[in-house]
Amino acid sequence: MANLEKENDIVLDVRHLQQHFKSGVGRNKVVVKAVDDVSFKIPRGQTYGLVGESGCGKTTTGRTIIRLYKPTGGEVYFNGKLISGKLSPEDKRLVHQGIQMIFQDPISSLNPRMTIKEIIGEGLLINKVVANEDELYARALEMIKLVGLSEDHLSRYPHEFSGGQRQRIGIARTLASKPSLIIADEPVSALDVSIQAQVLNLLNDLKKELGLTILFIAHDLSVVKYFSDYVGVMNKGKLVEEGLPSELYANPVHPYTKALLSAIPVPDPGFEKWRGYVTYDPSVHNYPQEQPKMQRVSDNHQVYLSDQEMERFAKSAS
Amino acid sequence: MSGEKDKILEVKDLTVTFHTYAGNVQAVRSSSFDLYRGETLAIVGESGSGKSVTVKTLMGLLGPSAAIEKGTAMYNGQDLLKAKEKDWEKIRGREIAMIFQDPLSSLNPIKKVGKQISEIFTILHKMPKAEAKKRSIELMGAVGIPEPEQRYNQYPFHFSGGMRQRIVIAIALASNPKILICDEPTTALDVTIQAQVLSLIGEMQKRSGVSTIFITHDLGVVAHVADRVAVMYAGKIVEYGTAEDIFYDPQHPYTWSLMASMPDMDLEPGDELSALHGTPPNMLCPPEGDAFAERNPWALKIDQEKEPPMFKVSDTHYAATWMLHPSAPKVERPKVLERRIANSLKRKEEMARG
Repeated sequence: MANLEKENDIVLDVRHLQQHFKSGVGRNKVVVKAVDDVSFKIPRGQTYGLVGESGCGKTTTGRTIIRLYKPTGGEVYFNGKLISGKLSPEDKRLVHQGIQMIFQDPISSLNPRMTIKEIIGEGLLINKVVANEDELYARALEMIKLVGLSEDHLSRYPHEFSGGQRQRIGIARTLASKPSLIIADEPVSALDVSIQAQVLNLLNDLKKELGLTILFIAHDLSVVKYFSDYVGVMNKGKLVEEGLPSELYANPVHPYTKALLSAIPVPDPGFEKWRGYVTYDPSVHNYPQEQPKMQRVSDNHQVYLSDQEMERFAKSAS
Repeated sequence: MSGEKDKILEVKDLTVTFHTYAGNVQAVRSSSFDLYRGETLAIVGESGSGKSVTVKTLMGLLGPSAAIEKGTAMYNGQDLLKAKEKDWEKIRGREIAMIFQDPLSSLNPIKKVGKQISEIFTILHKMPKAEAKKRSIELMGAVGIPEPEQRYNQYPFHFSGGMRQRIVIAIALASNPKILICDEPTTALDVTIQAQVLSLIGEMQKRSGVSTIFITHDLGVVAHVADRVAVMYAGKIVEYGTAEDIFYDPQHPYTWSLMASMPDMDLEPGDELSALHGTPPNMLCPPEGDAFAERNPWALKIDQEKEPPMFKVSDTHYAATWMLHPSAPKVERPKVLERRIANSLKRKEEMARG
C-alpha cells in the first residue's frame, strides 16, 4: 500500500475532470456541475473507493471515465493514454475491452432474453476477443466457474437466478474480456446483507487472485473501508477528502467527512442510543472570500479546504 | 425504562399464507410477539422473511390472495385479525398508522403536501378548514420542515427524499395514533438523512408516547431505535428479546451469521467476511425441520428432522434453536462476533464510568 505513488504503473489517471449538464434556455438556463474538478489516480492492482451521498456525482464520474458522457473539461488517462477525447476505432476497442463495468441492479443489467452464455459472450464477440463458438464457450465456462456457478447455468436465463447469483453473472461478464480496470458502481447495495457478504468475499478473492484494478463506487462507508486501498469522499461534485482508509476513517478532517462517518449506525444499542450525530452545515465555509484547494494532511491524506481552515485544523491538531 | 409495562398489542401464533397458482406460500409461520406501551419493537430479517407481511396483517392491508390461517392479535381487547373492513376504518390511520419505505410513492403527486396533511384533520377529525391548516403548519414545523407556510402549498416533487419522508411522518402522526408502524422508513435515504429521520422519529415518539413497530434489515438502525428485537427468518421469529439480549448475547445461529456478515469499521481490509452460504428457502415448500438448517454451519442432526420450539434463555429472551436444548453440544460463536460483543461491552463500561 505504501508504494501508491509508483508513477510508472498508473492504470487510471483522472485529471481535473469536469462534467456539467445544461438544461433550459435563456433565463431558465441551469448548469448542474455534476463533477467539478476531480483528480485521482489508481495504480495497478489497487482499489480506489469513491464514496458520497446520492447526487454527489460519483456515478457520473464513473460513467464519464468509461466514455458514456463527453467530459466538459479535464483529461482521463488510461494506461498512460489519453482517452477522454476523440479516438480512432482501434483505440475505442482497446478502451471498451480494457475498462468494464459492474452495475448496481443485477436485474435490469442482464438481458432477460439472452442465456447466460450469450450474456457473457456478447462483449467478447463484438470486441473480437474470441474467434469462434468453441473458444467463446470455453471462456464463458471459465468465467462462470470463477464466480462460483456451474456449467449447467450457462444455458439458463437470468430470471432463473437469485439476486446474488445474478450479480455473480454480472461479475463474470465483466471479467470475461480480461479488463485492466473495473468500475464497480454500487455492486452490492441492491443485495441483502447475507448475500452482500458473499459477493464482497467473491470480489475480494478475485481481486487477490487476478490482481484486479478497481474503481469501487459506493455509498456505504463500512463496505468501502473494507474493500478499498485508497478512499475518496465526494460532495456536490467535488472530491473533498482522500486518503488511506486507516487514516481517513480514524482522523477525518473535512467537516463533511466527519458528518458522513458519524451518521453510520453502529450495531451496539448502548452506544448507539447514547451518542449524537455530527451534522454538516456548508455555511461553515467562507469560500467566496477564501479559495479552497487540495491540502496535504500527511503523505497519504489530502483534504479540500481553504488556507485559513487548514490553519485552524493544524492548531486544533497540535 | 420502567419496570412495569403494559402490553398495547399482543400477537400470538400468527400464520399467514398466500394462495398462488404455484401453491401456498407460507409467508408467516406461527409468530408471536408483544408490543409494550411507549416502546419500539424492531423486526429484522432479509427480504422475503415475512416482516412486511406481518405488519400488513396488523394494518388490515393484505390482498385477497392472502389468508390468515390462525392466530390472534389483541389490541384494546379487540382481535385485529377478525376485524371487518368497517372496523378497520376506525383503526387504520387513527389508532394504528404506518410509514412506508418509499416516500415518493406513498404521497399523492398531484396534491399539495399541506392538503395531504390537513385532510387528516378535516376528514378524520371533522375540523374546520382554517384550523386544520393551522394544525398542519404546526405539524410541518414540528417535523423539521423549514418555512412551513410556503411549503404548505408545494407538491411532493418540490421536496427532497428526506423532506418527503418528514411529510409522511407528519401525516402518520397527525391523528395521534397509539401504534406507529415504520416499514423500512430509511432504506431509500442516504446515511446522513437517515440519521436525521431516525432522530426525528425518536423525538416524535418521546413527545407523543406512541408505541412503534420498526421494520428494517439494517442492524445498526435496529441498535439505534429498538427496545426489543424480533429476528425473522423464513416467516418465523427465530429470536426475540430486548436489544441488549440480542446484541450482547445472541443465541440463534442465524442472528450470529447476520451480525457477523456485516462489514464494520473494525474490520481490516482483505479480511474474509463470514458470509452465509446459499439463499433463504422457498416458502412454497419450506424444508422439514429447522428452515435455517441448510445454511447453518452448526446444524445438528435433529435440525433436519424436527422444528425447534422457542427455548427460554431469560425472562425477556427467547430463541428457536436446538442448540439451546440441554443435551446439545456447546458451540462457540464466530470470532468476529465475539470480538464485536467484547468491544460493545467494553464501550458500555467506559460509558458507565463517564
